[in-house]
Amino acid sequence: MGLMNNHGILERHSLLLTIGILVVVSIGGIIQMAPLMYMDNTIEKVDGMRPYTPLELKGRDIYIREGCYVCHSQMVRPLRDEVERYGHYSLAAESMYDHPFQWGSKRTGPDLARVGGKYSAEWQVDHLIDPRALVPESIMPPYAFLMDKKLKYDGIEDRLKTERLVGVPYSDEMIENAKGHILAQADPFDKGFDYYDSLMALYEEEAGREGTVEARDWDGNPDEITEMDALVAYLQMTGTLVDFSTYQAGDLSNRR
Amino acid sequence: MANDVKDVDSHSGTETTGHSWDGIKELNTPLPRWWLIIWYITIVWAVIYMIFMPAIPALPGMGTNTPGIRGHSDRALVAEAVADLKAARTEQSASLLDASLEEIETNRELQQFALAMGESLFGDNCATCHGAGGRGAIGYPILADDVWLWDGTLDGIEYTLRHGIRHEGDPDTRFSLMPRFGRDGLLPSEEIDNLTQYVLRVSGQPHDAEAADAAALTYEQQCSTCHGADGRGDRLQGAPNLTDQEWLYGGTEDAIHATIYNARNSHMPAWQDRLDDASIKALAVYVHTLGGGE
Repeated sequence: MGLMNNHGILERHSLLLTIGILVVVSIGGIIQMAPLMYMDNTIEKVDGMRPYTPLELKGRDIYIREGCYVCHSQMVRPLRDEVERYGHYSLAAESMYDHPFQWGSKRTGPDLARVGGKYSAEWQVDHLIDPRALVPESIMPPYAFLMDKKLKYDGIEDRLKTERLVGVPYSDEMIENAKGHILAQADPFDKGFDYYDSLMALYEEEAGREGTVEARDWDGNPDEITEMDALVAYLQMTGTLVDFSTYQAGDLSNRR
Repeated sequence: MANDVKDVDSHSGTETTGHSWDGIKELNTPLPRWWLIIWYITIVWAVIYMIFMPAIPALPGMGTNTPGIRGHSDRALVAEAVADLKAARTEQSASLLDASLEEIETNRELQQFALAMGESLFGDNCATCHGAGGRGAIGYPILADDVWLWDGTLDGIEYTLRHGIRHEGDPDTRFSLMPRFGRDGLLPSEEIDNLTQYVLRVSGQPHDAEAADAAALTYEQQCSTCHGADGRGDRLQGAPNLTDQEWLYGGTEDAIHATIYNARNSHMPAWQDRLDDASIKALAVYVHTLGGGE
């Protein structure tokens, strides 16, 4: 019982005690977290996931900047009523390119994990401009100013590189053409015409199937690429990437 | 430190830890028995839990976690719960699927079921745009009145629900496209001004008669194919009736001008991939009975 008799050494040296506490506390954390990094079934194997296009990524940044996550989660939980209302429960794979993820269960507004395509882009724009014009009982603040703010994307290449640092598979070609891809997804018939094919080819190849990238004028103002374009492009994509027709829900590795 | 000898505090009769701080000794009061018992129970519980439930992660290279002998899975449970719900609805859903829309609407029992189901589906999926009870909004048609852009019959409503309007990715979607006369430079701005007056006249509103007359030929060439020579529209193309003073985007001079300049080609998503057949039928009946079904 030598150690038990010598705890006086720990108790009398604050640095030693601090280190001791850190070691003990981190054991729990390591046991919880470390296995997730190497276990094969942490992230489900799915078809269709691809990195966000530069426009969607900018939209996502605006989503986070405006604090949409304060009221809206992006996680359909595996509960009957949620699956009934929102669709298939969310998979870890669907957030694998999220930095940070938007999970949560506090919902002042509805969950947005699968809002993509549920309503028209025009509705998203009208609703962001004046939520109560369409849903009188809504308490969501208006975001009309997004229509007037030109999208700034000078640093988009660096933004993609940063994502690549943390594991998002952006290729050199995607990074080089990022500015062009923004133009192509928000103005495919005019300013972005030359980049349209490259945008579609690169991102749909990464997704492994067609129809996962939509390019159009999103906000009804074709003259300018605004923050509204980016946000609506992002919203209309959420939850639409994974191909659930090939997802094996019953597979043992996909059970939780 | 001679810890082997127990040092008992004479005042309280409790053992001390043997530590002495400037002559003050620390009592080693034992933990309460009830607390200790609960603590032991939790330890036992943890062991039982680890045996029955998924718990212990494998070491690197060894695959996944222990599944636990109960084989518990939240995801399997929710699949089961959804299947149970479907099974509980089977009888009534099946009766909806077997019956025609007309039968559902006229058979009291089926109608009650379809309306109850339709109401909750409408609240979640449709009211967001068309408003509670189908009261509509600017740009989003009122479903509670008898003005229909495409088709207000039961089958027509079901078709719209299934395929949407101008929905990319559905080849059977209802489709038409009004040209952007101003934005794409198809008509000079003067003619758009005149056309605006023409539409005001057709809809029976105050207008500049001279300007309206001047636009008559342009209307015939550019607009009448869809909206009709008399401006009564064409349901086959979803071209609105211009004479009935019912406006989706507003009937003021400014609104009409903006419509001609930019065109309005709104989009309704197709629902057949999101909702099952019984739900779509229930919704069709619900919308049909909102007020103006044909």
